[in-house]
Amino acid sequence: MIGIIQYGAGNIFSLTAALDRLGIEYGMISQESDFEQYDRYIIPGVGHAGAAMQKLESTGLVPAIRQLKKPVLGICVGMQLITAFSEEGNADLLQIIPIKTLRFREEHGLKIPHTGWNQVHPQENNNLFENIGPQSYFYFVHSYFIEHDNLYTLASTQYGVQFSASIKKDNFYGVQFHPEKSGLAGEQLLKNFAHLNA
Amino acid sequence: MEFESDGDVMSGGLAKRIVPCLDVKDGRTVKGVNFVDLRDAGDPVELAWQYSQQGADELVFLDITATHERRKTMVELVKSVARNVNIPFTIGGGINEIVDAELLLNSGADKISINSAAVRNPKLIDELAKAFGVQFVVIAVDTRKVGDQNLVHLNGGRIATEHETFNWIKEAESRGAGEILLTSMDHDGTKAGFDCEFLKQINDQISIPLIASGGAGNQQHFVDVFKDAGVDAALAASVFHYGEILIPDLKQTLKQNNIEVRI
Repeated sequence: MIGIIQYGAGNIFSLTAALDRLGIEYGMISQESDFEQYDRYIIPGVGHAGAAMQKLESTGLVPAIRQLKKPVLGICVGMQLITAFSEEGNADLLQIIPIKTLRFREEHGLKIPHTGWNQVHPQENNNLFENIGPQSYFYFVHSYFIEHDNLYTLASTQYGVQFSASIKKDNFYGVQFHPEKSGLAGEQLLKNFAHLNA
Repeated sequence: MEFESDGDVMSGGLAKRIVPCLDVKDGRTVKGVNFVDLRDAGDPVELAWQYSQQGADELVFLDITATHERRKTMVELVKSVARNVNIPFTIGGGINEIVDAELLLNSGADKISINSAAVRNPKLIDELAKAFGVQFVVIAVDTRKVGDQNLVHLNGGRIATEHETFNWIKEAESRGAGEILLTSMDHDGTKAGFDCEFLKQINDQISIPLIASGGAGNQQHFVDVFKDAGVDAALAASVFHYGEILIPDLKQTLKQNNIEVRI
């Protein structure tokens, strides 16, 4: 069962609706003792990364999150939080994965926020993207992106620059897009996460 | 790892979006022809689900309910759509305050669309962007030509304002709009094609996504609006609702014209 970490950054109605549609069970985590009830976790999040980090810190859950050994999936800003640093608010983040969250630059001539469906290119043989085609589209809405890094990038997307659409280190996973809004491909990814070996 | 370039340079790989728009009144879908003479075209949630299955990229719901029950019916609609549909959607209609927006966000709406409330109180854009992020705030603009000027209109195009359309869009952008939904009232309901010339003028001068609306009548009109105006998304209602254009066919046509689409 998935534990969703509740820290007040954005609404989770659409995420829980998607999990309900897929028959994936979940509960909410608001204190440290809640963690042990679940075998995997989601860190949701929309909005400002620096503000989200402050809210997460105020829950007191940060030390426990850093020590989790079961699968963790950060979504959108929830993914950015597991990186080291964001240019949004020049904020230090959870520092679980030692890469940075940067702002798209307008000199690329592209519109910001990066809004809409873009192709995601997963690395071969990765369980999170199992049964998802090599050029599937996922739905993105974000102005900040996680730098591409050969060590930690699990899937890439191009938007003026090549960036990490998904990252992984040990049991920590992140996706920049919104799987709960990404049609069948997104639903498959949520199912894959629910079935990853704990 | 090497990647081939998938999209044309201007889209950066992003797919152009096809956006059916559903007008909703008292919980039922309606479509106005030039915003009068409303006809009932079904259950909005059922229709939304159908569109998501057909490959629509996003949906817009405009709630035109006029009763004091509106806030409640909008929240019920949004929840029901979020429960059943796996693509993003925008809700608009009578959103005047932060509290309305927050209620809709917490009910599962991805974006809200603000029209006359923003014209009456432009600071609302700043407040919404600050509270919920620019990605949540779509500014809908109804424009009509008056003499040689393009002016923002309210109330379905009936009331002209003093705002020159381009200036208003730039102001909305600078205040924190995350996207512009631009409806050309002179084209709306004509099925004679989008106002590509004006849309291009606007699109070239803003750095947030632009959704084109008003005038879609056939598949070529969508090819034209993406190729000639370069907009990010195209919205239509009746051509989809009455089955005159099927979204899978439309996407194939766009793809054959080298327009990046999600298939």
